[in-house]
Amino acid sequence: MLGYFLRRLGGTIPVLLAVSLFAFGFVRLLPGDPARLIAGPDATLQDVQAVRERLGLDQPLWQQYVRYMASTVRLSLGTSARSGQPVLTEIGERFMPTFNLSVVAMVWSCIVGVGLGVLSGVKRGNWIDQGSMVVAVSGISFPSFWLGLLLIDLCSVRLGWLPTGGDHDWKSYVMPAFTLGLPAAAVMARFTRSAFVEVAQEDYVRTARSKGLPERVVIWRHAFRNALIPVLTLAGLQFGFLLGGAIVIETVFSWPGLGRLLVESVSYRDYPVIQAEILLFSTEFVLINLLIDLLYAVVNPEIRLR
Amino acid sequence: MSATTAGGRAGSIHSPLAEFWRRFRRKHIALVSGAVILLLVTASVAAPLIAPYGPAVPDYNNVLAGPSLAHLCGTDTFGRDILSRIIWGGRISLSVGFISVALGGLVGVVMGLVSGYFGGLIDSFSMRLCDVLLAFPGILLAIGVVAVLGPGIDNVIYAVAVFSVPVFARLVRGSTLALKQTLYVQAARSIGVSRFKLMFQHILPGALPAVIVYFSLRIGSSILVAASLSFIGLGAQPPSPEWGAMLADGRSYLGVADQMTLFPGLAIFITALAFNLLGDGLRDALDQKLR
Repeated sequence: MLGYFLRRLGGTIPVLLAVSLFAFGFVRLLPGDPARLIAGPDATLQDVQAVRERLGLDQPLWQQYVRYMASTVRLSLGTSARSGQPVLTEIGERFMPTFNLSVVAMVWSCIVGVGLGVLSGVKRGNWIDQGSMVVAVSGISFPSFWLGLLLIDLCSVRLGWLPTGGDHDWKSYVMPAFTLGLPAAAVMARFTRSAFVEVAQEDYVRTARSKGLPERVVIWRHAFRNALIPVLTLAGLQFGFLLGGAIVIETVFSWPGLGRLLVESVSYRDYPVIQAEILLFSTEFVLINLLIDLLYAVVNPEIRLR
Repeated sequence: MSATTAGGRAGSIHSPLAEFWRRFRRKHIALVSGAVILLLVTASVAAPLIAPYGPAVPDYNNVLAGPSLAHLCGTDTFGRDILSRIIWGGRISLSVGFISVALGGLVGVVMGLVSGYFGGLIDSFSMRLCDVLLAFPGILLAIGVVAVLGPGIDNVIYAVAVFSVPVFARLVRGSTLALKQTLYVQAARSIGVSRFKLMFQHILPGALPAVIVYFSLRIGSSILVAASLSFIGLGAQPPSPEWGAMLADGRSYLGVADQMTLFPGLAIFITALAFNLLGDGLRDALDQKLR
């Protein structure tokens, strides 16, 4: 078990290195002089020269990379060109709203998605099954930002029930969390259903049933637990994709989170912030994937023995 | 795996195409989706003939008007006809979807063929790369690319193409690994057919059905991502009748001029749904070869 953990942990190191190389190389990929880009459009020649020296852009590339990594590890990420604040402060302020929103969206989509999946898997072909599969298929084609706008139109503009945006109280969570979680719930429902249907054909389920266990026990103790293994992986993956979806949803609902910060800084060409966000988002995804793999090994002994 | 049910008509000989058509024409939903796509493509190509107004013609006497006989989908802030803009915008959305998937598919297919055929270091390197790319949501990758290249619809094409590459690469690599071992490829190799010809003339056709299925599915999701990018202001810029950009315009007029949000969104949804359902139908019809 420990061996597997260490091996898997070691496997992420090259990926993290690649991510850091990309975040590092990002500003250098841009057409033009990176020092001028980072200094901003209003910078004087002296400013640009100061940035060049501060960032060590006159030194060889490998030295620049070492410097970049050293300062990144110390969390000194530079200054936002737009607000003049340290990048770390900017990101710190925006982190919790995004985190809270993603967790709320994740929790409801897991409960509803898995619940619907089991319900449709147990009673295949009934109206819940057919209904949730229609939702699942259209869920992947539905532009989430459109759904968000339609909800704002209905619940805020027309009915006046919920605020149109911002992060104030529990009410402001309802629409963003619903919109953000819906595609995840759709995918989870579809996936849980197929995992459940597959497990229901296994020998041990037939054995459990034939030895006279009540249907409730067969479903929840024998079938559900085994069907949960692949669902768990998917839930982790969905969490990562939720963070991606948050970029668009935060724009729809004027949510003061990381996604909106990223969009704003890309439109403003605020490179220090973009660089830091790329690093942050990528590290998050790598860690989420690592966590899923480790969790998977805990649940399924076959994996760690390989 | 589940091919036993469909293998019953060994006696009659059908060409693969005829066999595909025999299965596909029973998928009514996919047929309808195909027809919808055909209609959308025709409307976009014939936009100058079909659209009742120009995409940028203002009518200041008719600003933010609801649907009427003169303007079936109403008008926007400048009095521009929304239906006409949607028809013209179809040119942008459909071509962004098509070109980006074609581009990403081309790179992915070659990558998959090469890494499946040669194996070894090339293979492990490109598959690691695919793992990394697939671990990120498409929209984030696309924003990363737009951050480098700058906002604009041309750059959106590259941005969206990037996240199709690993999908095709993995798919084709899998087929290549299997087809490499088949008798006819071995036979071709034994008579000295060049590697290039082996890959592109003997192996690629076998991988093609799966590629076609994913082509349709990817166009659906690419159109969605491209529209999202325009919506958040990183894709097509305002005067353009791109559907996502139109939605962004309509955002400030919710409750005042709902037609600005309703119809462009509907256009995106129907288009994406049609490509996804067509892809599903194609997959079912080509199932035998896919598994």
